[in-house]
Amino acid sequence: MMKFRFRRQGHDPQREKIKQDLFAFNKTVEHGFPNQPSALAYDPKLQLMAIGTKSGAIKVYGAPGVECTGLHKETATVTQLHFFPGQGRILSLLDDNTLHLWEIEQKEQCSHLEEVCSFMLPGRSGIESTSATRVTVLLPKLSCDLLAVGTEGGGVHFLDYLFAGSNILLLTTLFSSVPEEYKCGKSLGPVESLQEHPQHPDKILIGYSRGLVVLWDLQIFVVCVFLLQQLESLVWVRSGNSFVSSHSDGGYMVWPVSSSTPCTHEPVTSTIPYGPFPCKAVNKILWRTTESGAPLVLFSGGMPRASYGDRHCLTILQDSQHITLDFTSRVIDFFTIHCIDRDKEFDDPLALVVLLEEELVVIDLQTAGWPTIPSPYLAPLHSSAITCSYHISNVPTKLWDRVISAGQRQCHLQTHTNWPICGGKNLAPSPKQQELLLTGHEDGTVRFWDASGVSLRPLYKLSTANIFQTDCDHNDSLTQAGEEDWPPFRKVGCFDPYSDDPRLGIQKICLCKYSGKLLVAGTAGQVIVLYLCDEKSDHMIDVATVDLLQDREGFTWKGHDRLPPKSSSVPFAPGFQPVVLVQCMPPAAVTAVTLHAEWNLIAFGTSHGFGLFDYHRRSPVLARCTLHPNDSLAMEGPLSRVKSLKKSLRQSFRRIRKSRVSGKKCALWLAEQDAEVTPVQRRIEPRSADDSLSGVVRCLCFADTFLRDGTHHGPTMWAGTNSGCVYAYALDVPSQDKFSEQSVEALLGKEIQLMHRAPVVSIAVLDGRGNPLPEPYEVSRDLAKAPDMQGSHSVLIASEEQFKVFMLPRVSAKTKFKLTAHEGCRVRKVALVNFSSVASEDYSENGLVCLTNLGDIHVFSIPALRPQVRYDCIRKEDISGIASCVFTKTGQGFYLISPSEYERFSLSARVITKPLCQLDVDRPHDPSELSPLSSPALDSPNSSADITLDTTGELTVEDVKDFLV
Amino acid sequence: CLPMIRIPEANSLSFEAEYRRFALKKNGAGSFQEFYQLLQTIHRIPGVDVLLGYADIHGDLLPINNDDNFHKALSSANPLLRIIIQRRDEDEPVVFPTNSLQRRKKGLAGLRPSQQKNKPALLIGLPQDFRQISSIIDVDILPETHRRVRLHKHGTHKPLGFYIRDGVSVRVTPQGVEKVPGVFISRLVRGGLAESTGLLGVNDEILEVNGIDVAGKSLDQVTDMMVANSHNLIVTVKPANQRNNVVHRGSKASAGNGSAGSGGSALSHESAHSPASQTVSQCSNSNSVAEGDSDDDDTDLIIESDNLPSYTPHRSLANGNIHGNTPSSGVFGHRPLPQSVSLPSSSSLPTKTSSSQESMREDGNFITL
Repeated sequence: MMKFRFRRQGHDPQREKIKQDLFAFNKTVEHGFPNQPSALAYDPKLQLMAIGTKSGAIKVYGAPGVECTGLHKETATVTQLHFFPGQGRILSLLDDNTLHLWEIEQKEQCSHLEEVCSFMLPGRSGIESTSATRVTVLLPKLSCDLLAVGTEGGGVHFLDYLFAGSNILLLTTLFSSVPEEYKCGKSLGPVESLQEHPQHPDKILIGYSRGLVVLWDLQIFVVCVFLLQQLESLVWVRSGNSFVSSHSDGGYMVWPVSSSTPCTHEPVTSTIPYGPFPCKAVNKILWRTTESGAPLVLFSGGMPRASYGDRHCLTILQDSQHITLDFTSRVIDFFTIHCIDRDKEFDDPLALVVLLEEELVVIDLQTAGWPTIPSPYLAPLHSSAITCSYHISNVPTKLWDRVISAGQRQCHLQTHTNWPICGGKNLAPSPKQQELLLTGHEDGTVRFWDASGVSLRPLYKLSTANIFQTDCDHNDSLTQAGEEDWPPFRKVGCFDPYSDDPRLGIQKICLCKYSGKLLVAGTAGQVIVLYLCDEKSDHMIDVATVDLLQDREGFTWKGHDRLPPKSSSVPFAPGFQPVVLVQCMPPAAVTAVTLHAEWNLIAFGTSHGFGLFDYHRRSPVLARCTLHPNDSLAMEGPLSRVKSLKKSLRQSFRRIRKSRVSGKKCALWLAEQDAEVTPVQRRIEPRSADDSLSGVVRCLCFADTFLRDGTHHGPTMWAGTNSGCVYAYALDVPSQDKFSEQSVEALLGKEIQLMHRAPVVSIAVLDGRGNPLPEPYEVSRDLAKAPDMQGSHSVLIASEEQFKVFMLPRVSAKTKFKLTAHEGCRVRKVALVNFSSVASEDYSENGLVCLTNLGDIHVFSIPALRPQVRYDCIRKEDISGIASCVFTKTGQGFYLISPSEYERFSLSARVITKPLCQLDVDRPHDPSELSPLSSPALDSPNSSADITLDTTGELTVEDVKDFLV
Repeated sequence: CLPMIRIPEANSLSFEAEYRRFALKKNGAGSFQEFYQLLQTIHRIPGVDVLLGYADIHGDLLPINNDDNFHKALSSANPLLRIIIQRRDEDEPVVFPTNSLQRRKKGLAGLRPSQQKNKPALLIGLPQDFRQISSIIDVDILPETHRRVRLHKHGTHKPLGFYIRDGVSVRVTPQGVEKVPGVFISRLVRGGLAESTGLLGVNDEILEVNGIDVAGKSLDQVTDMMVANSHNLIVTVKPANQRNNVVHRGSKASAGNGSAGSGGSALSHESAHSPASQTVSQCSNSNSVAEGDSDDDDTDLIIESDNLPSYTPHRSLANGNIHGNTPSSGVFGHRPLPQSVSLPSSSSLPTKTSSSQESMREDGNFITL
């Protein structure tokens, strides 16, 4: 009987071809900062930087626009990354103790990162724990032929770049001569550092964590021994005449190395920079010589344990200059970009690159004062948690330039130094149109990003906190004053996860790109209208309060208070300046906003109702309560979860009591039984009118259409609620010259109760040809074709369960598609998108794009609502990813794959933004060129791979003799 | 004192309606016979055979033909009771089905209160006097081990009343017995629609929801599909208890559905294909229009505003300047909503019937599409 429901579109080959030209799904690029970075590497020859993450991803960055990504099959943390300089080969070490080799492959215009092979040091079977062969450090030799691997067992393995063959070096002769405190049981303890001599490639400095340092020559096996304290890191001085060690007591030492005196026991200098009180370890140290004189010492950690032990610091020292960079998140790793030409005498570092857990900071070391260099990519999107996103396609140049100039005036203390990491060539054509991505944040800021290309670039930051009286205002100055002069801290970076007041959080954004008017709404019911202004200003903000309860009796708001606005005038920098503040009462979070700059109207909705406000005359036009009389939850505000918490607490107490009575075993058995008896159940009931939060306003829209009758169109406003109710208002908007005199009036025209009562996700009006109506100003400024006002308009209402097109003005159903009834998925996000064809420049179609709760994306034709294509996009478990998705008008989209990263995808076959770049690698392609184990020194008879690999842990005297002649 | 109102006497020949309003003491109402005679007197139609019906709180038209349902009708008055009187017409079949207010045109004939009044025998209602809540359908095309059940949610305040869960189903395939994930009914709520039909049972495997195979769908997906179809839910199940299966094709099957009195397969077929369930409308209006769509379950309620004034050109001319295609002359005094009809409740009744309806009515009229 249901057969008639599935009228399948016949497979029209012509239509299929058109569809192929219109739609194609690609995940193109990841914007933002990688979540949980864990490793950093730099290739000075190719000028590429690689970042590894805890999820096993490797991301390579060069010049802006040059990037490629690889993902390990295993989801394990990347603990170390190393480049084979110049070869485009990357070596990664995961925390499951596997080594992986990656190569950058050039395919057409794109660079890819591909895994070539992986390797795991074989451990000894039997009693021996695998920790002996656990890799602690890696050293790819600069000559790229050999890889040294230090292990926890104290052995150093030599492998070729494909991990073929392995020779092991075990310094056991030393064993007897080394004092007891430098030993670790039967071995020398974990290898902490391997450093290649800057002048003599055959010399390797091996540092053990217990403090033993050995200078090993691969050719002549000369050993030079230094006895230090607990070792954290080693670094060569460029000349090779000395090296620097850093230690767990917070100090560092410089040790002389000369051929005449092979062994020294006294350092040249020994300093604990933040002493004399106990300090934390100096995790890593770099020593860079400069032509101008004193060397530059850069180290992380080493802070006085008691007073600043919790800070994440990196110190730059040069002569008397001393700066302690104070970061807001942990330092993962850092490197300097310096001269690598062997003929030059000095390092002369250009820049310092610091990878922190939440951002990347680059310091210009050439300019006095060591200012930061703004990063063209890896933007810390999440400097405060992202609460909403909004995308504007095809931004007019006028607005674009004004936003950029406002943004430029915001940044002080920046250099003119160019971005120092500039490997590769960006082949992507310059974007045809400018795109803006706006992100709203928990701290009340709105950030403007250039989303036109592959790298998401920060343009401008708007803060809305300064128009409110909040407790945090004077806090900053207090802490600033309380800080002592020493250590000379400098706050660097912008990651600030602590929100001053959660009520400041931005919930919804709407921007009119032609008039530069911005509407921003937040968690405490605040709705702010801002004008873009090129001059700074100092003015009072007009404040209005709109009561959305409309005398509905019996409700008391139990949530947060509204934010008190400042009563005096507030100074504003050039940029978007607040003009009007509307506060909803009760101050629940704003759930929907819209702006019509041509009519000077804004509309906003909360969980209680919606309002319409004339921001030109600063007067409320309309307020309507959407609450169902039975809806009590709506009034409890954000703390409504208390109820369920109480319940779950009660349940868990019951469970505990039960287990106490019946004993442990019995409880376990009971729990299993319970699990069998009550599996996951789902209740089947229709949605009812008094479901909780039924009054939440989900969407608002303005349209110039036919609501009164079929011959006269006029301004209208539409609002849709969580309970499937749509209100349509006819507006009387005075002409532009009478805006100040006449007031806007709104009259309820239609009320549509969708029978299935599912939340209304979106409302859009289509013109006579079935196209979406243009945006305000588009027609009057000749930027878009005038809509068809002759034919009959229709309204497209998308609920969580189905799409429906109604004819206007009669509101009679025309077409519909019941997505949930067919597929069992619910609509989460929808957008009207214009798809242009790859085959022909002029051909384009409008489509309804829909993201469901299962994470798949469907495209439907409009107004016929015929399914076109379906793609899997987001994992259905990734709820925050689905919730964060935004679509662009041209068929691309963004969603958060982590708190700090947007994945960009495209549904259009034509409009694709992906990295197109070229990396010229100098890689010997013939593997025979690199014979396995080219180092003759290690070809001693007993050191062939199969024997030595067996001896990693336990050592014998015979072994020692073989190795150490 | 109970005010009562009598609404149209819809004659089958003419649609002349006549409204009368009168009061009746709530406790002194007496028997159905007395009431019937009272009506005949008030309307001056002694001796004419009429059918009585009333609109219950769900908007359904229910018959008044004995003492019991007469008293039930009185108790539902709040405070008005709308009674519909219609001349008996022998030709037309009778239905008092779900949403019967919409089909009033078919008439109320077939009820035989007047003949039966003299008979001392117990009055047993005909199947037509009951609202259909469920049916077994498609018996002829389904395998005998399966059952396709239609649940009519409209007009009842009973919950559908069942829960579903994940489980493992055993399928016999050419390769042998195979275990596949399936969705099962896990619980029936006491007093719910599902339980009262007797057609669904715990551990019945759900195979289809409104014609769509659920194989490969997650529990949440199946839940969403069922909720989306809940107003007209058709589930195909493989009953855990296979003993009550329909054995012979085409037989008049009505399995364990005593109270509901589903009328067998022939009737069920008809109801499955016809738009059997329609919007529950809170008011009866002979101008109600049923949606022409064969798709039956979601007719949205569209409330038109009465106070929306006609188009006024002097204000909109301003916008006309911008768009340039507004006609220069407006039609003054033109009512834009030709289909809107004023309600008896707002035109002839000074008292509003109930507070819950009030909010919906204050803005104007209903049009049911």
